[in-house]
Amino acid sequence: MSAVHPTGSRRLDAAGTVSRIRTIIDKEWAEVFKNRVVLLTVGVMPLVFTILPLVILGTMRRSGALSGSGTDVPAGFAGVCGAMSPGDCLQVYVVDQFMLMFMLMPLAIPVAIAAYSIVGEKTTRSLEPLLATPISTEELLAGKALAAAIPAVLATWIAFLVFIIGTAILGVPPAVRAAIASPTWLIAILVIGPLMAVLSVNVAVIVSSRVSDPRAAEQISMVIIVPVLMVFFAQIAGFLVINARLMGLVAAGLVLLDLVFIYLGARLFQRETILTRWK
Amino acid sequence: MIITQGLTKEFRLRKGALVTAVSGLTLEVKEGEVFGFLGPNGAGKTTTVRMLSSLIGPTAGKAWVNGYELGVDDQAIRRSVGILTETPGMYERLSAERNLMIFSRLYGVADPQGQVQKYLRMLGLWERRFDEAGSFSKGMRQKLAIARALLHEPKVLFLDEPTSGLDPEAAKLVRDFIEELKSEGRTIFLCTHNLDEADRLCERIAIFKTNLITVDSPENLRKRLYGRKVVFHLRAASDAWAEAVRSLPFVKQADLVDNKLVVGLDRPEEQNPEIVRCLVGLGADIQFVGELRHSLEDIYLQMIHAAEAAASQEVRA
Ligand SMILES: Nc1ncnc2c1ncn2[C@@H]1O[C@H](COP(=O)(O)OP(=O)(O)OP(=O)(O)O)[C@@H](O)[C@H]1O
Ligand SMILES: [Mg+2]
Repeated sequence: MSAVHPTGSRRLDAAGTVSRIRTIIDKEWAEVFKNRVVLLTVGVMPLVFTILPLVILGTMRRSGALSGSGTDVPAGFAGVCGAMSPGDCLQVYVVDQFMLMFMLMPLAIPVAIAAYSIVGEKTTRSLEPLLATPISTEELLAGKALAAAIPAVLATWIAFLVFIIGTAILGVPPAVRAAIASPTWLIAILVIGPLMAVLSVNVAVIVSSRVSDPRAAEQISMVIIVPVLMVFFAQIAGFLVINARLMGLVAAGLVLLDLVFIYLGARLFQRETILTRWK
Repeated sequence: MIITQGLTKEFRLRKGALVTAVSGLTLEVKEGEVFGFLGPNGAGKTTTVRMLSSLIGPTAGKAWVNGYELGVDDQAIRRSVGILTETPGMYERLSAERNLMIFSRLYGVADPQGQVQKYLRMLGLWERRFDEAGSFSKGMRQKLAIARALLHEPKVLFLDEPTSGLDPEAAKLVRDFIEELKSEGRTIFLCTHNLDEADRLCERIAIFKTNLITVDSPENLRKRLYGRKVVFHLRAASDAWAEAVRSLPFVKQADLVDNKLVVGLDRPEEQNPEIVRCLVGLGADIQFVGELRHSLEDIYLQMIHAAEAAASQEVRA
């Protein structure tokens, strides 16, 4: 039997691993997207975060608010603008605020999906038959994590793309558009977004193992958005200026944080622990 | 097919106390056998099944399932056994078919669609295959869970209370299905509280409460506890006739209860005619002759109580 050819069976299993992870992802999506709360989070959030800044930018342009002196921008922010006109600088400032709101998506969406999927499996007791299959707990966790992180990352990226296209259609000045597609925000969307999604999945796994109500799991896990909100208010108050250097540091910090939380999540996600300790 | 040696499971509670759920379980389940695993609530049946399907690890002891050693070839064990868990645990929002397809893929079944169809038909769920599992009755869920346990054609099947909570008709359907699986040569480890069911289905029965109390065939259990007994229904009874039967050399005991003479024998097949001749010779009118069968329930209760008494004596000593 397979025990006779350990190397052969291992090589064969790389395909098996991929197929099992895909099966889990398919299953998660089929199930979790039937849930209204999850659909709302995944669907409405990107929509609001894309349309709202576009509407505000559009209104600003038409109302003539941009011909003022630009005193609305905190003193620290002026450095970001450089040689821009005060009107452009104000627009960049507004965009920066909204881009920070954008960063809530890769945190909030995975939490919603993972909380409902894991607590859901707990309450229907469907984890036991699942764990009785040849799937490894790493594969199962990877499947669940990807099922939660992929929609979040995609939603963030698509929203960002739509936002960039929207600003072009609105006739936002090239200097402002360059500030949107700047290294700062590209690092944020392309690198920090996925790293945040991974973090929030693992936080949701850890929280979900302890509570038996998906809503409670979601709400508790949402504490991870607090740091983003703090940056948001710090920027409004003029304490902090977001730039590529800061984003690079945040990305590096997130890599470390992700490693810690993947370790913690995986440690909780063991057959025995799930079946005997999860309440 | 299943061999366990001193299999033990302790749970550490949050307060730090240790609970022994299974203690030193040593037994062997033969290939193609339906093996009944009986014990009161909290006896450790589910814990045993979870260990043997390599869902949780034993605290001590060893076990081999399908030739694979527990803790060494866990994935191979999971691949080769099927398990009906205590609660069906379906994906309620997905259709019956989708539920089974997921598991077919996870088990790496070669023809997932074919297997799903086969078992949906066998268990009479084909017409309802597109309905959400959440809309199924308890019996239908149980059938769906049995189908799920069979998709990968496991040689060893663990069934944890397959008929609990089912109406008599659904329970019979499940029992008939177990018979069918048995005729296909699968080894079945059956946990149940339904003693009548165990009596009918199982070649051998283990009576278990944390410790193994006994393992034997239902027939042998009866013999061991009560010997074999034959009842002679008489139109009228007389103590003299009972005395005459008692004096026959092979009769172990003979008691008159109303108009019934209850006789303890080793080989009734050969000894009954002799007794009939004796009674008729004395002028008795025999209406019926039948073997007295103790229900498995009597045996079970007696064994469990004896084990409890022994355990409490041990504690006192
Ligand atoms: N995760 C756990 N943590 C602590 N104790 C446990 C755990 N699981 C089971 N036990 C204990 O182990 C013992 C055996 O439980 P188990 O569920 O195996 O019994 P059972 O024979 O299946 O009972 P039932 O007939 O009620 O299904 C019980 O005393 C139970 O309280
Ligand atoms: Mg049980």
